[in-house]
Amino acid sequence: MAEPLPVAILVEDERQIRRFVRTALEAEGWSVHETDTLRQGLTDAGTRKPDLIILDLGMPDGDGMDFLRDLRGWSNVPVIVLSARVEERDKIEALDAGADDYLTKPFGVGELLARVRAASRRRRDAGVALGSIFEFGDVKIDLSLRTVHKGEAPIHLTPIEYRLLTLLIANAGKVLTHRQILREVWGPSHTEDGHYVRVYMGHLRQKLENDPAQPRHILTETAVGYRLVQSARG
Amino acid sequence: MPTSSEQRPDPDLLLAKVKRQEAVAQRGKLRIYFGSSAGVGKTYAMLAAARKLKVEGRDVVIGIVETHGRSETAALVGDLAVLPLKAMPYKGKDLSEFDLDGALLRRPSLILVDELAHSNVHGARHPKRWQDVEELLAAGIDVFTTLNVQHLESLNDVVGGITNVRVWETVPDTVFDDADEVVLVDIPAEELLERLKAGKVYLPQQAERAAHNFFRKGNLMALRELALRRTADRIEGDVQAYRVDKSIGSVWKTANALLTCVGPDAGAERVVRAAARLAGQLNAEWHAIYVETPGLQRLPAPRREKILGTLNLAKELGAMTAVIADADVAVSVIAYARSHNLSKLVIGRDPARRLWPWQRSSGQKLAMLAPDIDLVEIGRTDGVMQNGDAKNSASSWPAPGAESSDRRKFKRLRYLWAALACVAVTLLSMPLAAHFDRSNIVAIFILTVVLVAVRFGRGAAALAAVLSVLSFDYFFVPPRFSFAVSDVQYILTFIIMLAVGLITGQLTAGLRFQARVAGHREERAGSLYEIARDLSGAVQIDQVVKISDESIQRTFRANAALLLPNAAGQLAATSSRTDPALNVDIGIAQWAFDKGQPAGFGTDTLPGSEVLYIPLRAPTRARGVLAVKARNRRLLRIPEQRQLLDTFAALIAIALERVHYVEVAQDALVRIESERLRNSLLAALSHDLRTPLTVLVGLAESLTLTKPALSPAQRDSAEAIQDEARRMGTLVSNLLDMARIESGEVKLNLQWQPLEEVVGSALNEAHGMLKQHLVEVHIPRDLPLVRFDALLIERVLVNLLENASKYTPPGSRIRLAAEVIADRLSVSISDDGPGLPVGREEAVFQKFTRGERESATPGVGLGLAICRAIIESHQGKIIATHRAGGGARFTFTLPLGHPPEAAEEAEAANG
Repeated sequence: MAEPLPVAILVEDERQIRRFVRTALEAEGWSVHETDTLRQGLTDAGTRKPDLIILDLGMPDGDGMDFLRDLRGWSNVPVIVLSARVEERDKIEALDAGADDYLTKPFGVGELLARVRAASRRRRDAGVALGSIFEFGDVKIDLSLRTVHKGEAPIHLTPIEYRLLTLLIANAGKVLTHRQILREVWGPSHTEDGHYVRVYMGHLRQKLENDPAQPRHILTETAVGYRLVQSARG
Repeated sequence: MPTSSEQRPDPDLLLAKVKRQEAVAQRGKLRIYFGSSAGVGKTYAMLAAARKLKVEGRDVVIGIVETHGRSETAALVGDLAVLPLKAMPYKGKDLSEFDLDGALLRRPSLILVDELAHSNVHGARHPKRWQDVEELLAAGIDVFTTLNVQHLESLNDVVGGITNVRVWETVPDTVFDDADEVVLVDIPAEELLERLKAGKVYLPQQAERAAHNFFRKGNLMALRELALRRTADRIEGDVQAYRVDKSIGSVWKTANALLTCVGPDAGAERVVRAAARLAGQLNAEWHAIYVETPGLQRLPAPRREKILGTLNLAKELGAMTAVIADADVAVSVIAYARSHNLSKLVIGRDPARRLWPWQRSSGQKLAMLAPDIDLVEIGRTDGVMQNGDAKNSASSWPAPGAESSDRRKFKRLRYLWAALACVAVTLLSMPLAAHFDRSNIVAIFILTVVLVAVRFGRGAAALAAVLSVLSFDYFFVPPRFSFAVSDVQYILTFIIMLAVGLITGQLTAGLRFQARVAGHREERAGSLYEIARDLSGAVQIDQVVKISDESIQRTFRANAALLLPNAAGQLAATSSRTDPALNVDIGIAQWAFDKGQPAGFGTDTLPGSEVLYIPLRAPTRARGVLAVKARNRRLLRIPEQRQLLDTFAALIAIALERVHYVEVAQDALVRIESERLRNSLLAALSHDLRTPLTVLVGLAESLTLTKPALSPAQRDSAEAIQDEARRMGTLVSNLLDMARIESGEVKLNLQWQPLEEVVGSALNEAHGMLKQHLVEVHIPRDLPLVRFDALLIERVLVNLLENASKYTPPGSRIRLAAEVIADRLSVSISDDGPGLPVGREEAVFQKFTRGERESATPGVGLGLAICRAIIESHQGKIIATHRAGGGARFTFTLPLGHPPEAAEEAEAANG
C-alpha cells in the first residue's frame, strides 16, 4: 500500500502565488490545501494534520504572528513564512515565535523547494537520533568523539565554537536567529550581545570554510541570523 | 534585625554623601592658606605650592596676588602665568580688579586668588571676592586663596573684641568650612614681630598707627590661638566627615541641632554669631528664625531690613533661615523647634527692664512652654562692640527721619482731631449738664475716647482720655471751672475714665492693626489665587507671558518682562509690551538663568542694577528669567513681597513647563502619526509591488520545471522573464529604500559586526550577476568590528557589485578590498573595465544618473544614490575614482569607534 502523500497547508491571500506554489509542491509529491484567511488556515491546521504549513505574514485578515503563537501552542508542524524584504523585524519575530524558515518575496520555486525539503527532512529526523558523524563540504564532525576534521587535518575548536557548531548541525538547513543562538550557547542572560555570535561565527568560518569571505556552508541571513547548509549550491 | 540596623550607616547620611560627592566631582577644589594675621607668609606659601604644581605640569595661573613689594614673594611669581587685571572705573579713578570673566575664559586648571575677604569695586559682578571664587569653583577650576582669621564672619566680633580693631570685610564660615583643604600658615608671635621690625610685613600707609596698635604681642598670641583653634575645629569636622564617609557609625545625633531667634535688638548679630560658633563646636546643623509680630511689623522699614540682614548673616554662617509671622513669639519658636526636631534654643538675654513684677523674660516663657528644650541665653555686652554696632546702625538706618512727611502730617492731624473731638463734646455737654446726671456726662466722654481710638489709633486715644478727664474735671465737677475737686469720689471716676480710655485705645489700635495685616494677607492670597487661576488656563507661551506681565504690574506696581531661552539656551525678551523704562541687561539675565540664582537688585550678584532677575525654576530645569523693576524699589526689599514675587515666579515657571510639555506631546503625536502613515504607505506599496513580481518569478520558474521539458527557446524565454522580474524586484527594493532613507525616518539598526560577514552575504546575494566575472576579495583577518546596519551596508555592497558587473565586459576582474585608515574603515570595489566618464565622478551619485547616457545597460541609476544616502547616514563617505591602470574604483568609509570587548573574555571563561 502506498504511503499517504504528505500534506501541506498554504495560507496565502494572493491567488497567483498560491497557484505556482501549489504546482511546485504537487510536483514534489505533496498534497496541498490552500486557504486565503488565517482563520481558515488555523482550522485546517487542526483538522488536516499537515506535515508543513506555508504562511504569508502579510495576510489581510490579521497578524501572522498571532497565527504562529496560536499554532505553536499545540503543534510543532514545520512552518515556512513568506514575507517582503522591509519586514526584517517581522521575520525575526516569526522565527523567534517558532517559524522554521522564511522566504523573502520575490522568491523562486527552487529556493522554496530547497526550504521545504530541509524542513521536512528535519521533521523526519527529529525522532531519529542524530548520526554521530555529520559532514558538510570537506568538513567532518564526529559528534560522539567530539572531533572535527577538515580534509585530513584535525581542527581545534574552543568549547564555545564547538557548542555553536553542534547547534548549527542540530538545526541544519534552518535559520537560527541571533537571539536563539545566544540563548542556546551563551545562556538567556546574553540575548542582547549580538556581537558575540558574529565574532564566533567568524572564527568558525575561518577554521572551516575554504574562503571565509565567501562562505558556502555557514551562511549569513543578513540582519536575521545564520543557516548551516550541508550541500552547497553550484 | 535591630542589631544589624544599628551598625548600618544611616541611608540619609549616605545619600547626603553621594550628593556631596556628585557636587564635588564637578566643582573645582578650594585650598585656603589660613593665617592669624598679615605677615605670616600665606601668599609666600601659596606661591611656593603653586610653583611646585606647575613643575608637575599643572596649568597654573595667577588671578591676583598682592606681593606688597616684598621681593622674596615677588621672586616666587617667577615664570607663573599672570592673568591681566581688569580696570574698573570708580569715582573717576581706574581701579584694578581681579578679572573674573578673563579667568573663566582662560579656564586654567588652577588659579591663585589672593585675599579671599577682599571687597570688589562697586560695579563688579559680585560685591565680594569670595563670591568670584565660588563662581570659579562652580566652573570646575581649582582655586588657591589666602585668608586671615579676623576676616572669618563668626570670629569677626571676637577678634574685634580682642584687638579693638573691627574689620568689615568678612567671609562666611561656610566658605571656610566647605573648602577642600585648609593649610594653616603659622609662625610664633615673636618671629612675626621680628619680621615687622625688619619691615617685612606690609602695612598700608594710612593704617600704620592703628596697625601698630594691632601688632601687639598679646593680640598676636590671641589671634594665633584663634586661628589654631578654628583650624582644629575644622579638622575635627573633616574627621567627622571621614567617619560618615567610611560609615564608622553615626557620631552625632541629628537631634543635636540648634535654633536661634533673631530679634530687633542691636545684640541680635552677636546672638547669631554665638549660635554659629556653638553649632560649629557641636557639629550640628542650626536654624535661625525671625518671628515677626505685629509690633515688629510696625517698625520702620530700615529697621526691618536690619533684622532681615541679621537673618541673612545667619544664612551666610550656615544656618537654615525662616521668617514666621505670628503674634506670639514664644509659642511659634517652640512650634518651629518641635517641627524641625531642634533640641537646643539659643536666645539673647532680654534687657534688664521689667515694668511689672509678673512680666516674665522670654527665656522664662520659653522654659515654661517647653521644659525639655535646652536653653542657651547669650549675655548682653556693652563697650567696643556696641560702639561698633551703633556706628553701623547710624549709617544704615536713617530711622525715624525716613518716614514720609505725609505720614507725619497725618499723625499730627490725628492728635488735632482728638483734641477737637474733646472740645466739641465738652461744648455739646455744657447745656446737657443742667438736665443730666454727671455719670451720663462721663459716659459721653468715654464714648468719645472709644470713637477716637477706633478712628485715630492709640496715641490719639490716650490724648483724648487725658483731655476728657481734664475737661470733665474743669467744666463739670464742682467746683466748676477749676481743677480742684471737692468730692474725693471723682478721683475714682477720673482714674476709671483714664483707664477705660487707654485700654480701649490699645485694644482698638491692635485690632485695627491686625485687620490691616489680615487685609494685606488677603490681598496677597487673592493676587496669588488670581495668577494661579489665570495661568492654569494658559495653553500657549504668549498667554503665559501676557498673564505674568499683567499680574506683576497689578500686584507689584512694577514693570516686568519674561525672558525665555531659545533652543540653544540663549535668553531673549518676549514681552512686546515691555516698558522702555525696563532696560533689561541680557547679560545679567543670562547669568541668573545659567546659575539658577536671582541676580540684580537686592541680591548678592550685581546689586547695583535697578532690575531684579529671578530665574524661573521649574521641576525639570530653568524655564526662563523674570525681570522686574518696581517703581517703588523698597517694595521689593520687603520680605513678604519678595516671597510673593518668588511664588509668582514659581507659578510662572510651572506654567511655562506645562505649556512646554503640551507642545512636546503635540509634536510627538504629529511625528508618530506621520511616521505611522509613511510606514503603512511604504508597507502597502512594498506588498503591492512585490506580490505580482513574486508571481512572475514563481510562474516563470515553474514553466522551466514543467514536464515534459520546454524547448530550448521556450526555456530561454522563461528564464528571461524570471531574470527581468528579479531585476525589477531589486529596483523596487532600491526605490523603497531610497524613499525610507530620504524621509529621514529610517532607524539604523546599528550592530557591532565583522565586515567579512556582510561581504559574504552581499557576494551571495549578487551571486547570479557575478557569474561571468572574476571576484577577488581582500579582507585582512584582523579587522576590528565595525558598527553598522548590516542590511543597508549589504545593499551598498550589492549595488556596487552590481554596478561593476553591469558596466564591465564579461571576464573582467572585480576586486573588493578593505583596510583601516586612521579612525575609519575603508572599503573599495574596483574593476578593470572601461572606467567612469572623466568629470562625472561626482555626478554618478545623483539620483537617476547613469554612467552612460543612452546605454542598453538596464537600470535607472538609483543604486549609487542609495549607496551615498546609506553611507552618509552612517557618518561615512563614498567617492568614485579612476583605478590606476584603467577601470573604476568606488571607495566608502565607515567610522571605527570602540567595539565592545566581552567576546574574547567569554572564551577564556568557557575554555
